[in-house]
Amino acid sequence: MSTTTTPPAEEQQTDLGGIVRAYLAKVRGGDVGSLPAVLGLVALVIVFSILRPDTFTTELNFANLIGQSAAVMVLAMGLIFVLLLGEIDLSAGFTGGACAAVLGLTLTEHDWPLIPALIAGILTGTVIGFFIGTLVARVGIPSFVVTLALFLALQGVMLQIIGDGGTIGIRNDFIIKLNNGSMPIWLGWLLAAITIVGYAGGRLLTMRGRRARGLVAEPMLLWALKSAGFAIIIVAVVGYLSRERSPNPALKSLKGVPNVVVIILVLVVVLGYLLSRTSWGKHVYAVGGNAEAARRSGINVPWVKISCFMACSTIAALAGFLAASRTNSVSPNTGGSDTLLLAVGAAVIGGTSLFGGKGRITDAVIGGLVVAVIRNGIILLDQPSSVYYMVTGAVLLLAASVDAISRRRATASGRA
Amino acid sequence: MSVPATEQAPAAASDKPLLSLRGIQKSFGAVHVLRGVDLDVRPGQVTALVGDNGAGKSTLIKGIAGIHAFDEGEYTFDGKPVKVHGPKDANDLGIEVVYQDLALCDNLDVVDNMFLGRELGSKIRLDDTTMELKARETLDGLSVRTLKSVRTHVSSLSGGQRQTVAIARAVLWNSRVVILDEPTAALGVAQTEQVLLLVRRLADRGLGVVLISHNLNDVFEVADDIAVLYLGQLVAQVRKDEVTRGEVVELITTGASEKHGNTNGEVR
Repeated sequence: MSTTTTPPAEEQQTDLGGIVRAYLAKVRGGDVGSLPAVLGLVALVIVFSILRPDTFTTELNFANLIGQSAAVMVLAMGLIFVLLLGEIDLSAGFTGGACAAVLGLTLTEHDWPLIPALIAGILTGTVIGFFIGTLVARVGIPSFVVTLALFLALQGVMLQIIGDGGTIGIRNDFIIKLNNGSMPIWLGWLLAAITIVGYAGGRLLTMRGRRARGLVAEPMLLWALKSAGFAIIIVAVVGYLSRERSPNPALKSLKGVPNVVVIILVLVVVLGYLLSRTSWGKHVYAVGGNAEAARRSGINVPWVKISCFMACSTIAALAGFLAASRTNSVSPNTGGSDTLLLAVGAAVIGGTSLFGGKGRITDAVIGGLVVAVIRNGIILLDQPSSVYYMVTGAVLLLAASVDAISRRRATASGRA
Repeated sequence: MSVPATEQAPAAASDKPLLSLRGIQKSFGAVHVLRGVDLDVRPGQVTALVGDNGAGKSTLIKGIAGIHAFDEGEYTFDGKPVKVHGPKDANDLGIEVVYQDLALCDNLDVVDNMFLGRELGSKIRLDDTTMELKARETLDGLSVRTLKSVRTHVSSLSGGQRQTVAIARAVLWNSRVVILDEPTAALGVAQTEQVLLLVRRLADRGLGVVLISHNLNDVFEVADDIAVLYLGQLVAQVRKDEVTRGEVVELITTGASEKHGNTNGEVR
């Protein structure tokens, strides 16, 4: 800032070259967003397709991939709320497991109707989140200690509910279909159309609105490019999923978009809206960026923190339901083993920062796909789980390094 | 003390104080930080608050802003006694503070920072376009021309630009009193000049401005009134043209000067 410079008008690139240049400048400045994850995903898909062309690229495997990744993706969405604060919830996996156990218990053993059982399961998550949030925000215990304690305690609770070595079978058709069944072909296409129109239309309306009031808006060309790219991806995915993928079609036909996609889509839209368009969402980013500034602006910082932990655990409950649906049962290990770390990994790989203040819901989807592709590919390569764990650990570390380094660059170039 | 500090100042035209403190006390545990402070802030004037480190300047403004409540004392705004329990109460009165560390969120853009905690639109559907227009309008109103886009993240702004954003945030709300804590401490010469100009402009718009500064050059350049805090007591509040720099330095360091010390600088 100097006294002599005249203001450059809000400058903007409207031609193709300009758009590309602006984007490259942004990336070089450290604002990489989901770019590493997308590139990584593409690279992984190419590598596995070359190594296992006969199994990895099949329609069946593609649909399986979505089912396998769904629980981790949804858990990662929940974790993003906590990560945005710069906190962590290590117990989220078992929170999901415990909520699934409550669902199984009420549904299977006490014969509750579906809706009350679902509500009981989800509320269990909300209460756990409130408990964690209160200990972190009001009592002031570091979140990793609180959630590490709950990680152990909830494991105990699940053993108590389910019994050592036991399982609770899930027989409710709705729950089983959640993460196993597929929707009719026509419904898949209808969903695709709604998604594309919603995306392109929403952006167009925003752009128009801003133009009308004399504000700088996204160039028309950029909008067209983004919308077209989005539409192509959606159509390709839905087209591929609409093909017959049953190994034995005569016996049982298997085609259509998996049901779980609807859940993921709804969560992305609703949670994304919460974070970007509501005052609560702004406050979450503010608390994660500079809690003291948020406090001085009159934001109720403890409440924002508590509500984020509540959001995380509530969404974790949904993830637990999806995991239970996938296996048709709840065991003491549902949501356990590597689930939580995979979800944290998914969020970080997708571009959410471990340092707080930066992240979007879509990060969970992209990162979740990367994690699922790695697992799926390594299994198809007939590698032992030792290799799988080592590779996943390395990828998680790599993502965290990218996060730390891009944050440093961003601080240096002022784009944090 | 029987004589209010400000009675020494010749009554200028407009001059019922907008904000007025009497006998303010504040302790943190055993530490008695403010010991009966009286302060007046008048509309359209810049009141400089000076004092050495530890004199209680920050505690005083944090109390005014409602960050922590005063233990004792009268707090009057616009002639009416008020209770300020939190930043929101102070904001509702029209009191805004620009902190030394600016209290901006680096990961949010200029507009979001200016409206932080007081977003426009309904809670579940923010009105981003109106906020952006208003932010732009306010910056233009303060003749700020150094910001390229109000949608840039604050992390990419220079020190002077950040200061500008922080000040613009303070005047966005039809505020009546703006308190600036060391606004020029981290700035270069040209930027300091620009920020001081901005400070003067705020007063010319009829706001009561409190400027906290260590830099007597800045103080003598923009202030109308100088209030000196010494070990938790307000030892003098005088018109700028009635004191010399030497006297102010003496007041800051010893709490008394030949001319001003004894009228109200008695150690209580």
